[in-house]
Amino acid sequence: MFEEVGTTPEGDMIINVGPQHPATHGVLHLVITLNGETIKKVEPHLGYIHRSIEKMCESLSYRQFIYVTSRMDYLSAHMNNHACAMCVEKGLQVEIPPRAQVIRVLMSELTRIASHELWWGAMAMDLGAFTPFFHAFRERESINDIMEETCGARLTMNYMVPGGVMHDLHPNFQQRVKAFMKLYKKKIHEYDEMVTGNIIFQNRMKNVGVLSANDAISYGCTGPTARGSGVSSDIRKLYPYEIYNTLEFDEVLETGGDSFARYMVRIREMQQSIRIIEQLIDNIPEGDFQTKTKAVLKLPKGEFYSRVETARGELGVYIVSEGGTTPYRIKFRSPGFSNLSVLNHISKGSKLGDLVAMMGTLDLVIPDIDR
Amino acid sequence: MFIKKYIQDIWGAVKSLLTGMRRTMYYFTHHKEIITEQYPDNRDTLQLPERFKGEVVMPHDENNEHRCTGCQACELACPNGTIKVIFKNEINAEGKKKKAIDKLVYHLELCTMCNLCIEACPSDAIKMAQTFEHSVFDRNELTKILNNPGSKIMEGVE
Repeated sequence: MFEEVGTTPEGDMIINVGPQHPATHGVLHLVITLNGETIKKVEPHLGYIHRSIEKMCESLSYRQFIYVTSRMDYLSAHMNNHACAMCVEKGLQVEIPPRAQVIRVLMSELTRIASHELWWGAMAMDLGAFTPFFHAFRERESINDIMEETCGARLTMNYMVPGGVMHDLHPNFQQRVKAFMKLYKKKIHEYDEMVTGNIIFQNRMKNVGVLSANDAISYGCTGPTARGSGVSSDIRKLYPYEIYNTLEFDEVLETGGDSFARYMVRIREMQQSIRIIEQLIDNIPEGDFQTKTKAVLKLPKGEFYSRVETARGELGVYIVSEGGTTPYRIKFRSPGFSNLSVLNHISKGSKLGDLVAMMGTLDLVIPDIDR
Repeated sequence: MFIKKYIQDIWGAVKSLLTGMRRTMYYFTHHKEIITEQYPDNRDTLQLPERFKGEVVMPHDENNEHRCTGCQACELACPNGTIKVIFKNEINAEGKKKKAIDKLVYHLELCTMCNLCIEACPSDAIKMAQTFEHSVFDRNELTKILNNPGSKIMEGVE
């Protein structure tokens, strides 16, 4: 490892991006070795927002540890809670009622749209376009209002609990989701008009940061990053959970492998999420929203694993139980960490200005990488 | 052929930029679609949903009575040690000693608004309030005592 300032013995320049840099969307520190303006090496330094969530969870009970996971990938807080709740349910061997399953899927898909919208706005801002950020937040705001009404919080919901969901849906929920979908369909063409078709944007995205399918597999990429390279990795299709196997939706695949392909995967994925919500919003079954569970949850001795598809890729939760009220060990397999590790590979040989575009399409959420 | 493609490319590029600019002009001339909230000017009319998790409060009725039995379920459910229940001995009407809560101490600075205490409470003694402007100059103000001074437990709540 080189010094973090100055030049290498070969005469290459070393510069630091971050930890406080607007384009890293958090406290990511990149040590970049440059030959002129060409990138030779990118070394991410992690740990600036490490909160030792895995260790913290070991001292919390199975009901309590779920709220901490909202703070990992804060843009898909519902999916994080979902994975944890599912893992605990696997250990307890409880069936959750159909209404709760539908609510969980609806909430997850709404979160996915909200997350992709924030990504779209933030990525356009990284590339110098400021207006899309406000347009993205307009739609995202209406999702946040729906969340606020039903779950009581806008970002860190802690809505999915072992056995179902915490509250029943708010009476206004269906009406507001329908209003949101109407708004979204009216405005979706703006995304293409303003950003996707823009010539400056296309020239900066196409053939930049090419990731081949083999590399995507060997680096362990999941989610839109892998699907942009044509690797089928949608957990909702491969290992269906809840009611995903009864729903009609397509796994979005692009074969380009460049930044533009990853961009298109996310744009098209939002439309698939809309499709899922359309199928469910009028067919929410009546019944309980939560199974009765004991006040103190005890998992039997053993190991439990569950995975969900978050907005960024596969999130795995692995619980080792010794039979007590707290887990012996918890491990989170976060999508962001593997996706970040390809950054050095795809940015080699390209220009420094393109690094921001590549980082944008990897959709990094730093608290998810560091935990 | 090269010239033709070159000109086509330039035309396409200009067109794509104008398409984006048209969207900008549309919003420039359509003020009604502005969705910004004018906080804090709209404080009087701001309505938060009733489930909004702002802070934990203990509702009291007109006789200064609350529903808390002091079962400590909230204290056990809390992941951060936000709630502490302090007891005292009370002598009731029949002259018997009875355990009752003296103070229910709530540390707002530790609270993550996870709603687990409200879920755990068997007698609906606490609930979430819709306040959200929590900033203070002295952090001691964030440690609150939820039950009013001199308050008693409601009749019939066990």
